Amino acid sequence: MPVACTFVTTAPPLIVARGLEKRFGASVAVDGIDVHVEAGEAFGFLGPNGAGKTSTMRMIGCVSPRSGGELSVLGFDPATDGPQIRARLGVVPQEDTLDLELTVRENVLIYGRYFDLPRAAIRTRADELLEFVQLTDRSNDRVDNLSGGMKRRLTIARALVNRPDLVLLDEPTTGLDPQARHLVWDRLYRLKRQGATLVLTTHYMDEAEQLCDRLVIMDAGRIVAEGSPRQLIEKHATREVVELRFRSESVQHAALPRLHAIGARIEELADRVLLYTNTGEADVERLQADGLETETLLIRRASLEDVFLTLTGRTLEE
Amino acid sequence: MTTPLAMRVAAHQARIYTRFWRSSVFAYVLSPVLFLAAIGIGLGDMINKNNATVGGFEYLVFVAPGLMAAAAMQGAAADSLWPIMAGTKWIRVFHAMVATPIRPRDVYDGTVLSTTARAGAGATVFLLVATAFGAVPSAWGVLAIPGAALCAGAFAAPLTAFAATQETDLSFPVIMRLGILPLFLVSGTFFPISQLPDWIQPLAWLSPLWHGVVLCRDATTGTLEPGNALVHVAALVACIAAGRALGVRAFTKRLAQ
Repeated sequence: MPVACTFVTTAPPLIVARGLEKRFGASVAVDGIDVHVEAGEAFGFLGPNGAGKTSTMRMIGCVSPRSGGELSVLGFDPATDGPQIRARLGVVPQEDTLDLELTVRENVLIYGRYFDLPRAAIRTRADELLEFVQLTDRSNDRVDNLSGGMKRRLTIARALVNRPDLVLLDEPTTGLDPQARHLVWDRLYRLKRQGATLVLTTHYMDEAEQLCDRLVIMDAGRIVAEGSPRQLIEKHATREVVELRFRSESVQHAALPRLHAIGARIEELADRVLLYTNTGEADVERLQADGLETETLLIRRASLEDVFLTLTGRTLEE
Repeated sequence: MTTPLAMRVAAHQARIYTRFWRSSVFAYVLSPVLFLAAIGIGLGDMINKNNATVGGFEYLVFVAPGLMAAAAMQGAAADSLWPIMAGTKWIRVFHAMVATPIRPRDVYDGTVLSTTARAGAGATVFLLVATAFGAVPSAWGVLAIPGAALCAGAFAAPLTAFAATQETDLSFPVIMRLGILPLFLVSGTFFPISQLPDWIQPLAWLSPLWHGVVLCRDATTGTLEPGNALVHVAALVACIAAGRALGVRAFTKRLAQ
């Protein structure tokens, strides 16, 4: 069920894109997308590598010029007002761009100078931000010596130095171990609760589910679906998914007729079969009564991964 | 009042420089001072014993401003190659800058400006040392500092642009060995270009280093003529302007695609 806007906002949307395109020579990275992000939202671009997420973020970040369509960020046109817009953005790029020769604190200080903030204000802000990302005790260490997760948290702190109206995060936890990811998520969750507008890209469905109020699923430069994580799952997947793994490919193949007999939608992957159903337990009982032999069998709730699979026929990690 | 965008980049470079100043002391001061002692004094003594002069001056006086301009060139060239690759590809700090109000052209301007300023500072220290050696007979010699800085800029501007177009640093040693080193030898640094074969002399006029050397030499020997100086300054400014046109394009392509 679509959720209608029940109140009239006077604040203009922070990002409006219509038919936005990015081409590199003959190749099309972003193929005409429409996006609308309101203040206070946590908005996500979910898609596999090469879907056009980073190109989109770089256009919104007023770094990469658009090749076609319309784009307005904070009410201005990136093509003409890039520096003014960027002054109000906080950008966490996919690859680290920290100053390795400088200390943790110096990185925040020098970044504040790029925005021409007063030195005294930057110093106070730097201490607050390092506290926020739990790096106070590493303030005077060289960045070179930090772990990947710490570097990412420092990048987030640095991006907040100008108190941005809009925070852009490109794959904020890619390459981090699970514990480091949770620390980053925790900080982003706090930011969100403080009312920050977050726009992030990810190819992790759990990240999208945890952090995003609303997201679009991108594939091959296009948006294939839009909504809240729950709406997307309700609309494009069933309530439950039965995951079945078999001893071998031939066993899996032999089991297919019996699985089809259940009448649910079936997705065959290389190493497992997914059964989209609203009656998982009953189906499993029926299959077991039928004498179906599986290596493992799991009933789980449908996720955004299933939505992506349904819409594109591929998994996100491919 | 707002700080100009390029100056914010230069401020970053200055902070980084607090970590790396030692290596540039070698390039801008120690190395030319060693040359000054070995060639200016050592070789110069032999020339003096024959009661000869070079270009109308005692050899020490002749070679000191040449070394000053050449050190500015060499230091600026090295500072415009590897550190630019670090900013665009290795550490990628330039990418962090363009996510803020700073534009690619500001990154270019700020780095060239700080390279030039570093060379100017190095030239100042060298000038003091050369004066102590008795190699600077004229008080006009102080004008050799902007002369050397301009010479540094004439190399920094095009080389910074070039470095931004490169995917690896493989070409950099080639530039230093086959470009910068020969220029160092034949641009009037150690002997007047009138000593070169006739057909090579016009090529020396194309060398920005030669214009820098003549400017520095005319200043330290007190023989600066406004008309001549203007021609040399114009040649160096032309190199900077051409380099900047390429640099703005190269940085925009590299940082804002």
